[in-house]
Amino acid sequence: MKCQFCDNPATVHLTDIINKKKREVHLCEACAKANDLIPEAQQELNVPALLQFLVGQTKGGKGKGESADLACPHCGMKYAQFRAQGRLGCPADYEIFRAALEPLLERIHRSVRHEGKTPRGFQAKRQELDLAELQEQLKAAIHDEKYEEAARLRDLIRSLRTVE
Amino acid sequence: MNLDRLLPKLGEWLRSTGPESDVVVSTRIRLARNLADHPFTSRATLHQKTEIEAKLRDCVTRLELENPLSYIEISHLEPLERQFLVERQLISRELANVMEGPRGAAFDERESVSLMINEEDQLRLQVLRSGLALESAWDEINHIDDLIEAKLTYAFHEQFGYLTACPTNVGTGMRASVMLHLPALGLTKQIEKAFKALQKINLVVRGLYGEGSRASGDFYQISNQVTLGKSEASALADIREVITEIMRYERLARSALVRENRKSLHDRVARAVGTLQSATMMTSEETMELLSSVRLGIDLKLLDEVPLPLVNELFLHSQPAHLQKLMGEPLDGEARNAARARYLRSRLRELGASTN
Repeated sequence: MKCQFCDNPATVHLTDIINKKKREVHLCEACAKANDLIPEAQQELNVPALLQFLVGQTKGGKGKGESADLACPHCGMKYAQFRAQGRLGCPADYEIFRAALEPLLERIHRSVRHEGKTPRGFQAKRQELDLAELQEQLKAAIHDEKYEEAARLRDLIRSLRTVE
Repeated sequence: MNLDRLLPKLGEWLRSTGPESDVVVSTRIRLARNLADHPFTSRATLHQKTEIEAKLRDCVTRLELENPLSYIEISHLEPLERQFLVERQLISRELANVMEGPRGAAFDERESVSLMINEEDQLRLQVLRSGLALESAWDEINHIDDLIEAKLTYAFHEQFGYLTACPTNVGTGMRASVMLHLPALGLTKQIEKAFKALQKINLVVRGLYGEGSRASGDFYQISNQVTLGKSEASALADIREVITEIMRYERLARSALVRENRKSLHDRVARAVGTLQSATMMTSEETMELLSSVRLGIDLKLLDEVPLPLVNELFLHSQPAHLQKLMGEPLDGEARNAARARYLRSRLRELGASTN
């Protein structure tokens, strides 16, 4: 098998299997080293370099320059710095760098949306927002004299309140 | 807290009392958490780290838990003491040697719960269990997480879940690892085949000491990779499914070995005990390999006198920091290998261990 970057025989094979889908990268040792994917001695895998490699692959040609200079107003972190270090600077970075992060998350996790535990405080806040939204809809339904719809909304609001 | 107090003790998770202890050594779950509106550790100034440490320390030391936690400030510890805690798996190598500035860990008497502050993430919660105990480990860590969440506001995002310094942990922030002892699959060279079962879902195999460590003595750690888009329950179910399959392969291989190669297996175990009882120099790699054979011998009833928890104790005590604490002096290179051999020799001779 030949290296994806040059014609040398590929000796480094990265295989990643997520949700039964297999992805393979085949490189010769020189190209793998050039991408910092394999350490010199018996060290740990270079995670930042791997991340950077994955990010680099995702981004393709376009828009490379614009996001690299993007900086977070909260922590001052630049996207280029994240690419070099593999660590984000603060929680706000997820929002600031969202456009560049989503393809990376898709690559790492095969998903961009959280499933699972949600803090109680956050659940309550979300439920409040949902209730406020329903109240608005109820008002609108009454205003438009859509009484069947209004009754349905009223029952829904009641049931949500009793759950609380 | 005087750490020497821990020396003669064995964390509950090392006592081989848990389910499926013949194959599964231990279960570990960790959660990565950060405070809302604060920079992640690597980006925080000394002042911010001090503030975060104080806030989290205050919270975790006041938690009302059945097993109270004691807090240790890591930056005040000598390197040997830090290494000692790493070997006991109470703190990570990262917290011990890589991170700088104010940081600490709170753990309980059982050494089952450990909460690390100012690690790569501001808070890393960890629960350890003996044997295969994913559900009970999850229940405990989830409970502690709830208690902390009631007092502090975590960095949480509607779409991305719990926000972490590294995007590989974002979402649930949960990494569950199961440590397996697979000597029969190793001996019969079926280990590769067994790990094919892992490819069904995205799981990672590592050596005994986690990331970057080599698998030695047939000990393997299996953990989930994905943290975003898969709930905690579903990630745990995936691991359980794979572990169940690997346990079955390992047990089949063990009974086949006993049936077909009893004599050479017996010889292997007897030689391992003999070497441990008489060698005068011993590296940690060799200790691992030999104790792995002893552990197999105990399970297959080829060996009477050695109780399973003792094997775990010897594993722990033959690690560099433990050994130096036991011997009461700093040791390196040859001196350490000689001390290790001396220690193992005396412990095994005490038992008068011999094979059946």
